[in-house]
Amino acid sequence: MNRLNIEEPTDTPGQLLAPGVRHAIGAVALVALAALALLGLWGAPPDDRQGEAMRLLYLHVPSAWLAYLAFFVTAVASVLFLWRRTRSMVWDRVAGASAELGVIFTGLTLVVGALWGRPIWGVWWAWDARLVTTAVLFFLYLGYLSLRRIPGEPEAAGKRNAIAALIAFVDVPIVHFSVEWWRTLHQKATVFNPELSAKIEGVQALTLWIAVIAFTLLYLYLLDRRYRLAVLEEGQAERELEQAIRERTGDAVAGVTP
Amino acid sequence: MSLWREALLVAGKDLRIEARSRVALAQILPFGIVVVLLFAFALDPDRGVLARVAPGLFWIAVLLAALLAVGRSFAVETQSNARDGLRLAGLDGAAVFLGKSGAIATELLGLELVLGLGVVVLYDVEVHGLGVLVLAALAATVGVAATGTLYGVLAAGLRLRETLLPLLVLPVLAPVMLGATRAFEDGLAGAPGDAWPWVALLWIFGVLYTGIGVLAFGSLWEND
Repeated sequence: MNRLNIEEPTDTPGQLLAPGVRHAIGAVALVALAALALLGLWGAPPDDRQGEAMRLLYLHVPSAWLAYLAFFVTAVASVLFLWRRTRSMVWDRVAGASAELGVIFTGLTLVVGALWGRPIWGVWWAWDARLVTTAVLFFLYLGYLSLRRIPGEPEAAGKRNAIAALIAFVDVPIVHFSVEWWRTLHQKATVFNPELSAKIEGVQALTLWIAVIAFTLLYLYLLDRRYRLAVLEEGQAERELEQAIRERTGDAVAGVTP
Repeated sequence: MSLWREALLVAGKDLRIEARSRVALAQILPFGIVVVLLFAFALDPDRGVLARVAPGLFWIAVLLAALLAVGRSFAVETQSNARDGLRLAGLDGAAVFLGKSGAIATELLGLELVLGLGVVVLYDVEVHGLGVLVLAALAATVGVAATGTLYGVLAAGLRLRETLLPLLVLPVLAPVMLGATRAFEDGLAGAPGDAWPWVALLWIFGVLYTGIGVLAFGSLWEND
């Protein structure tokens, strides 16, 4: 049953989603990603003004959405961990798993954005509010992940991680606001603008929506897998500790007996 | 004992340690001055670049020195289990936070005064709008000290804390760096009207992170 032969924790679930649900989400995500690749590369027409570079936005927009979603989930999970009534290692693992995905997708957002910016804006990088906020976000959570890697007694480390996540989260709107004041050049949000009416239409809009759905499902799937990995890592660390204790006490006993 | 009295005791303790050990005076302050000198080597002093970008350089030097001050503030507590002693003294966590960040802020203000004079003399900067500059510097210092103290206790006692602290603190302080630099630029350019929104932003940041510190420091301090 358990290929890695690692003891399962008994107090918390070993995975987030039931296997059936996970397989379903994974399958739909795969189909949606394939549809996105087909539509994004061939199905959708090139943009009137942006030409073929427009296709990069089918990756850029959902990545950015996922990054912000992931950091939001990290913040919520951190609050749930800090709140005594809902405190559980489940939330600590969810926070860590989500932040890791967030950092990956923030990185992807920045790279794809730069590739798009070069032909459209004429520059790889612009000192605009959303770009700078995203870059700061990347480093904020990179620091958070480094902090998480340092082991400690689970509850104390969990508290430390959760507070660090919230300190970072509170900073995000301040960073955004301050940079926006400083300068703004980025085009206004297209899909997620206040009126919620997309300015792009037809196949382009459809492709973008499929991209957002595909990435969100992918996020759920990866979140569950990363959570599972965290459970296995904890089991492994515990086993190694137990073995080390056994070896030491064994040595001590051997030393005492004549 | 009231919260403020406890905070003053902790701040007094930290400042007395610094006054006696002279680490802030003999190491952190000279480090800041060296950074200010290095900028002059990097950016040719004869072309007027330095005077134009002086506010930014000043605040970078302050932030880098602040990292050392924060590290020092918590290194002091690890020696001879001072941290346990302070915990056993039965002080409120919020008071310890306010005391430690107050001490760091006091050190930083002294540092800013000296570095400010250094920048004026070395970079040939003309000072205008002193009122705005002082208020902006006060607000930024509160923010830097509060954030630094929060992350300082988070990283205290962890291995790798020396390398972790800058990565944690500097991104969070991005708005402070931005706000303080803009406020100084506007103030020095004789346009204090433009500087006030930035000063307000700096105060919001400082009050917000001081609030988070007051709330969260206790549980981090009692931890492990």
